[in-house]
Amino acid sequence: MKTRTLELAVGGFLIAGLLAFAFLAIKVSGLTFSAPADSYLIYGKFENVSGLTVRAKVTIGGVLVGRVTAIELDPESYSARVEMAIDGNVKGLTTDTSAAILTSGLLGEKYIGLTPGADEEMLAAGATIRDTQSSLVLENLIGKFLSNQLNKEPTE
Amino acid sequence: MAEQRDLLSRVAGLGAGALEVIEATGRAGIMLFHSIATVPNPRTALPLLAKQIYAIGVLSLVIIVVAGLFIGMVLGLQLYRVLVDFGSEAALGQIVALTLNRELGPVVTALLFAGRAGSAVTAEIGLMKSTEQLSSMEMIGVDPLRRIVAPRFWAGVISMPLLAMIFTAVAICGGWLVGVEWLGVYDGSYWSAMQNSVEFGEDVGNGIIKSVVFASVCIWIAVFQGYDAEPTSEGISRATTRTVVYSSLAVLGLDFLLTAVMFKGF
Repeated sequence: MKTRTLELAVGGFLIAGLLAFAFLAIKVSGLTFSAPADSYLIYGKFENVSGLTVRAKVTIGGVLVGRVTAIELDPESYSARVEMAIDGNVKGLTTDTSAAILTSGLLGEKYIGLTPGADEEMLAAGATIRDTQSSLVLENLIGKFLSNQLNKEPTE
Repeated sequence: MAEQRDLLSRVAGLGAGALEVIEATGRAGIMLFHSIATVPNPRTALPLLAKQIYAIGVLSLVIIVVAGLFIGMVLGLQLYRVLVDFGSEAALGQIVALTLNRELGPVVTALLFAGRAGSAVTAEIGLMKSTEQLSSMEMIGVDPLRRIVAPRFWAGVISMPLLAMIFTAVAICGGWLVGVEWLGVYDGSYWSAMQNSVEFGEDVGNGIIKSVVFASVCIWIAVFQGYDAEPTSEGISRATTRTVVYSSLAVLGLDFLLTAVMFKGF
């Protein structure tokens, strides 16, 4: 084998490997090189966040505006404190914005839906949303439904 | 009396076997240390390395690409059948990408690598030993560990992670081909479900770390089995078989350990 063809083949192989790496980084794991600085943090206190994960979507009217960056337990109220990074371009979040944990589809992933209110004042970075709606737990719903049915029966 | 002697010789055999294993491990470690613990001269080492990357990496490309394509297509086909029952075929991309990045990519590549490249390396070095090329090299003052073993070792360590990434990328495209082009999963949800769930460091990075570990172990076993082979035709045949068997077992065992350490969050 001539040295030149050998070097060409090895070089092509190394480049193919690097291209595969780039594909895995950008197309598969969705890595972007935009600075994370142009986003701000807001917090939400939820009674129940079951099923919500870090990196879950935060949406307004179904449009992606941010991601959940951390979920921790508030040691005083025993409620969940969810940290959300919101895209810096989204500025119209009023202080009476409400946040709800929603499910895409019946069995899909959980995400946070924000609904801006009508207040004049805007949420500052680091502010906490008080008006929240917890994650829907199917088992609790079914349990309530069953107990309602059982309570109804004797009256009929 | 005869029974006792029989039992005694069996126990002795057991001990001898264990000693043999420990001794072989020691020889393997010393060989690896002597071959890679020296600073190579880039003038002579780079052409040798390029030649070995060609033999070990480039020539393995075909089997890796074909295997990756078909494994990805089978994953797409099988997962679609199950997922469509729950109406969640949009998660196809996510499952395909996670399984490939975390497990299948590094492991299947390592198994194919052991069969395709590891066995060839063992047979080559074993034959060099049996035709006394290694000892004649020593005679003229060339260290066979640096000249023969080191380039093959580094070529394996460099090639296999690249092969594993190519395998994963091709397999994800194979899954896309079947899921999106053939079975009609929505193209946007295939990629977006994937990007939402695959974390670069956690999944892609750990997969690459895995394949580097597998590469070192596989190529180490291959060069050692060749270097340590009995210089007869049966000896080389046994060494080649041992390379494939030991490498496969080591890869599967290590994969369990690495997964347990890396993905504790489950």
